[in-house]
Amino acid sequence: MKEKLVVIGNGMAGARTVEEILARGGGERFEITMIGDEPYGNYNRILLSNVLNGAQEASEIFLNPLAWYQDNGVTLIAGVRATAIDRAAQSVALADGSSVCYDQLIIATGSRPFVPRMDGLYTEEADGVMRSGVFVFRTIDDCSKIAGTAAKARKAAVIGGGLLGLEAARGLLRFGCEVHVIHLSTSLMENQLDASAGRILKATMQKMGVHVHLEKATTSILGDSEVTGLAFKDGSTLDCDMVVISCGITPNTELAKGCGLMVERGIVVTDGMQSVDDERIWVVGECAQHRGRVYGLVAPLWDQGVVLADRLTAKKPEAIYEGSKLATKLKVMGVELASMGVTGAQEDDDEEIVYSEPKTGIYKKLIIRKGQLIGAILLGDADRAGYLIQNFDRGSALPDERALMLFDIGDAPALGATMIEMPEAAQVCNCNGVTKASIVKCVGNGARSLKMVMEQTRAGTGCGSCKKLVGEIVNWACDGQTEEDPSVHYYVPGVPLKKTELVEVIKAQSLKSVSAVFNTLAEGREDAGSKMGLASLLRSLWGAEYEDERDARYINDRVHANIQKDRTFSVIPRIYGGITTADDLITIGQVAKKYNVPMVKFTGGQRIDLLGIKKEDLPGVWQDLGMPSGHAYAKAFRTVKTCVGTDFCRYGLGDSTTLGIALEKRYQGLETPGKVKMATAGCPRNCSEAYVKDVGYVAIGDGKWEIYIGGAAGAHIRKGDLLAVVESHEAAIMLTDRFLQYYIENARYLERTYGFVERLGIAPLRAILVDDSEGLALQLEAALKIQLDAYVDPWEEALVNKTPNQFRSELKVVNA
Amino acid sequence: MSDYKLGSIDQIPPGEGREFLVKNIKLAVFHLRDGSVYATQAECPHRQGPLADGLTGNGIVVCPFHAWKFALATGLPVFGECSIQTYPARLEGTELLVSISE
Repeated sequence: MKEKLVVIGNGMAGARTVEEILARGGGERFEITMIGDEPYGNYNRILLSNVLNGAQEASEIFLNPLAWYQDNGVTLIAGVRATAIDRAAQSVALADGSSVCYDQLIIATGSRPFVPRMDGLYTEEADGVMRSGVFVFRTIDDCSKIAGTAAKARKAAVIGGGLLGLEAARGLLRFGCEVHVIHLSTSLMENQLDASAGRILKATMQKMGVHVHLEKATTSILGDSEVTGLAFKDGSTLDCDMVVISCGITPNTELAKGCGLMVERGIVVTDGMQSVDDERIWVVGECAQHRGRVYGLVAPLWDQGVVLADRLTAKKPEAIYEGSKLATKLKVMGVELASMGVTGAQEDDDEEIVYSEPKTGIYKKLIIRKGQLIGAILLGDADRAGYLIQNFDRGSALPDERALMLFDIGDAPALGATMIEMPEAAQVCNCNGVTKASIVKCVGNGARSLKMVMEQTRAGTGCGSCKKLVGEIVNWACDGQTEEDPSVHYYVPGVPLKKTELVEVIKAQSLKSVSAVFNTLAEGREDAGSKMGLASLLRSLWGAEYEDERDARYINDRVHANIQKDRTFSVIPRIYGGITTADDLITIGQVAKKYNVPMVKFTGGQRIDLLGIKKEDLPGVWQDLGMPSGHAYAKAFRTVKTCVGTDFCRYGLGDSTTLGIALEKRYQGLETPGKVKMATAGCPRNCSEAYVKDVGYVAIGDGKWEIYIGGAAGAHIRKGDLLAVVESHEAAIMLTDRFLQYYIENARYLERTYGFVERLGIAPLRAILVDDSEGLALQLEAALKIQLDAYVDPWEEALVNKTPNQFRSELKVVNA
Repeated sequence: MSDYKLGSIDQIPPGEGREFLVKNIKLAVFHLRDGSVYATQAECPHRQGPLADGLTGNGIVVCPFHAWKFALATGLPVFGECSIQTYPARLEGTELLVSISE
């Protein structure tokens, strides 16, 4: 026998909770009945303002059409109101005289608009019926009635300058009437905005054609049969022929009160979303009061529904709702607005970062406490909203350069638009030609995490520079309801462990090859996409003891050259510090002639690139060059770019060439999570671009060097952070050893130093690497040395192949 | 269908692939670590990447050019927009054979 589960309320909270219950196999256990007093299936109330402003049809905002209930075995009693709960008999009485019995009951009665006291609201005949021309804004029916009247109205007044009131006002504009917003407080949206932002928003709304009246308490609605205006407490009046009241919500708690449940502002619930009085009764949504708070936004409903379903279905009987952090975006076209958390500093140490452009209507503010974002306001330019909301929700570490949080500086390609305004056809991922529309479609088909969307559309899988933007679009398309895929925390997708856990197991079990890792930790299931990351990690852990399996390498690392679009390869010999000799240049020239090399090119890293070499010719080319590999194909230390330094330059303050050559000889062949490029500059003129390298060294005179880490000048541009000023080449090398090893041990695979340094923050890195605050320095230096000692020039394989037919592109010709 | 002998499996290191020219058809032939063998068309349908140079694992090959992924047994795309041609391949002792229809 199935248990009877009855849900009172068929709004977003009720329906979403039932979906969550069904998703946990609740359909097997419960016979589900939903009671809703609107004669529809369930719709997305948040989008009602779109229906009013014409952006969407009413039919487009239904979440669960009537067929959904049937398909899922849910009985829907629509258009009938529940009138009482009898807890002793475990039954719910309905307005038509019938009743429904329950074993478990969910109250999701939501809320109704709060209507402040004023004269002239109601008709004289029936009690509680609003007179013609006066509306609340809550349901689809309200929406169509407002639209019907607005089409004929001359002047409309909206009472309430909160989020919903402003949305209603903007919606009314399209009917061609004059629109006035009446607000009690001194500032619009005072719960989400500070006074400065409120002022700018007021100006923006007025520019749009909405008249805003602040500090006005409405005392009565004027007119006999028709509405003719409003009268205010200060004695003034305003002519209008329709009124929309949008002054917040009142939870619907009458049923709960009637059966003796504890009700304050809402129905009081436990952290498990159960009534504090009756464990058969569950409460979710705007009618629930949790830890003293009643939520009027949609995101908390989702969080509550998950906890309720987890506990009711006993999937996670210990699940706890801890309250929700609130972030909102104003959906009205023409105003970009996002707000989250607090609106101003509250404690002495709170950091407030403000940028204001009143003329253009832009205002941005961040409130940071102990390194975490606790509030933000974005007005007029909400490009960073997705990014900030993520930081706010997750409490993640923030970049030291706070401006990066407010502006897109050398970051993802700026499309100069909000998500809504970004054209559907806008190309987001240029590498794979993926548009905004295809990402949104993919989300619509059920991919609710960045990882799933990347896998299914390939967006962000090329150079990766658009990944952030793709994430923001996914987040937007999910309405902030992204699901986190646990595998984003894995070091590689094919082994379900975080990097630290993986390293521990690898060391404990002495796993020295990629296949050993798969056999021991992934039930023998090899994952192609995980091989390179594992190989890189194992090599860094074991040095010369690493058991190298060539199939775990990418083709470039199998043949020590970089594959090109025509399947030929590029060969870049190592030229320490970019300083060569006449003899070496002659050799390179002779090799280029001998092998008919189609292109000889100088690289950005001061090397010579021989492009268009056939796979078979690689060993011959290396032998004839007689120079070591430049590792220009590997996730490894690459090059040290140098300036002329003190030997010839009139400005040189430090010997950048000697330092550069020493660094390059030391780190050649070192494999790293992402490639590592360095530069040494003999003076702050920075001719070798040291400020934008993974590690850069800048001479400042008196034998001193500044060391910068985490710079980048590729798809992502970032000036490195100053790690330290040192007084000798030896000291520079020692800090570089520590930094490289710390990066190798702690970065994610393919995470470049710019992401790594930004993620960890320069201050903690400086403490660990320079001040040795954690006592790791010696250990880091020793661990790096093991890898440096294991260096072998891979081009020595020219003489002895490592695998059969390593350099053959076509093996055997068989003809019939 | 005719069988063609490609010679010893030792020509292909475990986990890797090599390219063969059979009857003027270019094939990528794979020798996975579990001992199984597969043959597919040599070039990725996307931008003609050499599939034989791709990483393999769990019955899948990843094209080295733009990471399109194909199931070796069926040729169906795991990541990408179209399938690749596959050819039956097997081992007789250490001898590698592929079948190609006439």
